[in-house]
Amino acid sequence: MTTLTFIKPDGERVEVQATNGATVMEVAKENDMPMLAACGGSLACATCHVIVDEAWYEKSGEIVEAEEDLLDTAHGLTNTSRLCCQMKVSDEVDGMVMTLPPMG
Amino acid sequence: MSEIHTTDVAIIGAGPIGLFSVFQCGMLKMSCHVIDALPATGGQCTALYPEKPLFDIPAAPNINAVDLIERLEQQIEPFKPTIHLNQQVCELVKVGDLWQLITSTGLKIQARAVIIAAGAGAFGPNKPPLENIEQFEGSSVHYMVQKRENFRDQRIVIAGGGDSAVDWALSLADVAAEVYVIHRRDRFRAIPESVAQMKALAEQGKIELVIPYQLASLEGEGDQLNTVVVKTLDGEERRIEADHLLSFFGLASKLGPINDWGLDILNGVIKVEPTTCATNVEGIFAVGDIADYPHKLKLILSGFSEAAQAAHAAYLIVNPGQALNFEHSTTSGVPAL
Repeated sequence: MTTLTFIKPDGERVEVQATNGATVMEVAKENDMPMLAACGGSLACATCHVIVDEAWYEKSGEIVEAEEDLLDTAHGLTNTSRLCCQMKVSDEVDGMVMTLPPMG
Repeated sequence: MSEIHTTDVAIIGAGPIGLFSVFQCGMLKMSCHVIDALPATGGQCTALYPEKPLFDIPAAPNINAVDLIERLEQQIEPFKPTIHLNQQVCELVKVGDLWQLITSTGLKIQARAVIIAAGAGAFGPNKPPLENIEQFEGSSVHYMVQKRENFRDQRIVIAGGGDSAVDWALSLADVAAEVYVIHRRDRFRAIPESVAQMKALAEQGKIELVIPYQLASLEGEGDQLNTVVVKTLDGEERRIEADHLLSFFGLASKLGPINDWGLDILNGVIKVEPTTCATNVEGIFAVGDIADYPHKLKLILSGFSEAAQAAHAAYLIVNPGQALNFEHSTTSGVPAL
């Protein structure tokens, strides 16, 4: 199992166990994190936006152009913003910390 | 006073599952009114991915979203549903035995049962989360352009990186005093020819591309904007004096008033009993993406089944004391309403 930490908009840190191969969005939903993820991972919205801790950003994986296009419609972007439906859980990201922006 | 429509079932949302709910209710001889915030039926299918093919609709190996909606409309046509578009249901209250819905245009509908098929909520402009933005909406902050002339000799800030931002930058460059385009990166999601034209206008000094910046805050008095503050991702700030902000970040869906109806909602979905799609409020059902239960699959396929479950459960509320004869469509045909 891989450990991920979500920081909720109110500052609460939640450590969760995740199965390798799942998407981070699936893990967030399973653990009832405050996240809409409206399109269910089909790269049609930007409602699973997370801010990856800088130390982990490099390990969060490649960003495809379609993800960049959708990030254009997200608000409060940072240099380490990702759509977490496009991030896979693996040993590489064991310990990764992400902040959830407020739900729109 | 506006007239009050009465019907057996009010369906909130005219996406694929809302439309198929009309079919399932119709097969049980229940009449329906359908309400949707968008100007057309189809929900996300029409608004987000009309040309995308779907491969997991039974007996339709490869069908475009927009064609799926057209076929659903054909399928429900015999039941003559009344569809009210361009309005959101704002209020849902019990009046005697009936549920009364009031929409954003003031329309009133009374129904014996309600099926919520609202997907991720009502679509509206994806608004930047700026603290005081509502104060300027309608006067100096806009999510669409109605009259180009309104912007003659005005200083315009356009925010966004898609077709709307690029097209309006091109169009307003001729009439506005100044046009600024705020975008977070150099790439625009628009027709390449239009982007090239915009960049050419920028080189001629007719518009200014403010890149890589995002909206940070708005300043003004009353409903009149005077300054748009933008920031780079690294926090570098720039102040742009402007009369209008055109914000083009596409559509976003919001549950909005649905949150206020006493339903058991967590993270944007309504908990239902999966065999009936009944919510915690008697007479209100939820189907499709907005309905949640353990191991829910957010598929159109599941939504179709949920529509059937909800219609059969709603029958007992619409027709209290009457037997519900389960029939296959091969036996019943398509009943006349």
